[in-house]
Amino acid sequence: MSAAVFRTCPITGRRIDAQAEGLIKANAVVAVVSLLVGAIAAVMLVLTRWQAVHLLPADWFYRILGVHGMSMLIFFVIFFEMAVLYFASTVLINARQVAPKTGWAAFGLMVGGALLVEAMMWGGKADVLFTSYVPLRAHPLYYLGIILFAVGALIVTILFLANLVVGKREGAYQGSVPLVTYGALAADIIAIITLLHGAAIYIPTFLWSLGLMHVDPQVYRMVWWALGHSSQQINMAAMVSIWYMLGALTIGAVVLNEKISRSAFVLYVLFISMASAHHLLVDPGMGSAWKVVNTSYFMYMAVLASMIHGFTVPAGMELGQRLRGVGTGLFGWLTRAPWGDPGFSSLVLSVVVFGFVGGITGVAIGTEQINIIVHNTLRVPGHFHATVVSGTAMAFMGATYYLIPLVFRRRVAFWTLARWQPYIFAGGMFVMVMAMTFAGSFGVPRRHWDISFSQAPFDLQFSPAVDVLLAIMAMGGLVAATGAFAFVAIAVKSVFFGEPLGEVTPGRAMVGVPQGITHPPAHAPDVDARNAELHAASRGIWGPAPGTLALVGIFLLAFVLYYFVNWKVLSFVWKIG
Amino acid sequence: MHTDTHTGLDAPRGIWWKPAHKTEKMWVGIAFGWCMVLFAMMPLWHLRGGQNPSGIRRKVDPQAFYARTQEFIKEYQVGEDRGMPIVAPPPGAEVYLTAMAFQWTPILQLQKGVQYTIHLSALDVNHGFSLYPLNVNFQVVPGYDYGLRMTPTEAGDFRIICNEFCGIGHHLMLGRVIVVDAPQVGLAGGAR
Repeated sequence: MSAAVFRTCPITGRRIDAQAEGLIKANAVVAVVSLLVGAIAAVMLVLTRWQAVHLLPADWFYRILGVHGMSMLIFFVIFFEMAVLYFASTVLINARQVAPKTGWAAFGLMVGGALLVEAMMWGGKADVLFTSYVPLRAHPLYYLGIILFAVGALIVTILFLANLVVGKREGAYQGSVPLVTYGALAADIIAIITLLHGAAIYIPTFLWSLGLMHVDPQVYRMVWWALGHSSQQINMAAMVSIWYMLGALTIGAVVLNEKISRSAFVLYVLFISMASAHHLLVDPGMGSAWKVVNTSYFMYMAVLASMIHGFTVPAGMELGQRLRGVGTGLFGWLTRAPWGDPGFSSLVLSVVVFGFVGGITGVAIGTEQINIIVHNTLRVPGHFHATVVSGTAMAFMGATYYLIPLVFRRRVAFWTLARWQPYIFAGGMFVMVMAMTFAGSFGVPRRHWDISFSQAPFDLQFSPAVDVLLAIMAMGGLVAATGAFAFVAIAVKSVFFGEPLGEVTPGRAMVGVPQGITHPPAHAPDVDARNAELHAASRGIWGPAPGTLALVGIFLLAFVLYYFVNWKVLSFVWKIG
Repeated sequence: MHTDTHTGLDAPRGIWWKPAHKTEKMWVGIAFGWCMVLFAMMPLWHLRGGQNPSGIRRKVDPQAFYARTQEFIKEYQVGEDRGMPIVAPPPGAEVYLTAMAFQWTPILQLQKGVQYTIHLSALDVNHGFSLYPLNVNFQVVPGYDYGLRMTPTEAGDFRIICNEFCGIGHHLMLGRVIVVDAPQVGLAGGAR
């Protein structure tokens, strides 16, 4: 056994391996840099699609669109996930980092691959957008860059498993891993499945770009999406883990029932990969039976998992508050929550926008027939900005507000800005997503430089409402980008030039330190009695979390309504069969 | 202090496979039931609904498909708009529409209330068939023939937007479909 160097966190009392800490920091920093690149691209994109501004010329619009997709959906989220994997497999279970040199080699591969990809895109050698559908052709080094990045990420997913196994063998933890690590394990397994699909598609495509083999366009679309969509499911599993983590850190959220929450993670692992079939619903290569079976996720078992987490996460928060006697009535646990703690507000915004907007629209537009009125319109990016940005990225930002003091041992810089940042980011994104969704229902295409068709052979005039919606989209996007820039500024200032954390005295508020750290949500000695009382049969079906039950009821109502409205709209178009 | 409650950051003690509270079980049950509804709607719409992406699907050589489109144009051409042939196939005909960077060939003139089998395919790269203002969308993949039985339910002058990125001229790629009320012979008017 190598001599791992540990420090003990003075706040949480957890042991932190110096090597793991270094890897967490390095990956998190590169994630933030990628976010910055992606956000700069985002500003240029919304200012181009706002037809009145129309900033970029056509070639640069498509180029920057590719940069935005790769920087955000791949580099930002996967680098951050690597940090989460290191964190969950060492800090959370008191274990050491196994083979740290391999970890650094993997980091090197990922950074090298990412730089290669960025260089190809910015140099105009890879104008194929994020999806790079064959036979659109990029420079071979573009594909090679992605392969290097994926190999690096694959190594980290294996190191995660090694940490769990070695930690167990060395007695770092007894029994089961915590739920947050369990969720990270689900993310890890999904990541392995995803990255293997990445290899299965990018290695042949690399060879194809060298003229060495043939790649069928439809097969490419099928296998590529097993990378492209599944990589977003790594995010989702990581995000749900972070929900449980932030709930615990900010207001002492408890786990309602380990069996239910863990089973839901198992459902993700088993069924979520099939979600990639959503992209092929109106493709010629697959029959309806294939589409129905796969997109129903084998009867929507992954949707079920999300609906379960959508209940257990807020219910755990509600119960945590009630156990500590915070708030009365149906929603007192919410009204008396620490809304000024950016970790908490990020958590709630992430849960609400992910669930109400991203989840509901995702299931509706991922329905075989409804996809006919959605495919490749702006409704699609409308959906996934609600999930990946307001959901995943928001949760990652919230986690960062706690990682800065706990891992980097710094205070959060620009504290007032940090307290507002989640509202700016999620608020702007919500406006943008709604505008995209409505514009998309007019048939406005995604990935399109000029919907005024000023140089096209025929005229096409969208409803004037579309111009207004695209302007609103751009403004929402600019607000969200401002939130992203604020986050980057806060993170960079805190990590590199931040004030050292210093002594934390429980119960005394500090500028730059989230409330969950200065006021740890501790339970009263009679917590078991309170718990039993809240679970008493006399409370009836409302049980220990009546507020959450009311909220999920509203959620289900919105879901049912939106879903059937879409069927109704579909029924108005031509007969197609 | 050991208590019955713990957070997601703490390892659960002992066996965590314990019965859930009835509220939680009820929600899982409701969610499961709703997922079954989501599942059932798709097969049900195949049986009772009017819009399904089933179609006739087969692999095809892109050049052969383009040649078939040219034959189709020669057989039923009724006019021309900006150099692009306007083709009016008889009711029930097999219709061929080729997508290529950066145009849709040919312009179709269809009759309202009549079913056509519209074959979509691409000559070069992926394209996206998006019928405006109807908002009906299909993926067009080179090497694959997607034969969709469509029945126009309203007359009008429609556009086909390409909504899959196909290259630098992607936003120029706009096609045209005319739907007329009654059977009509001869030239259709030019686009507005």
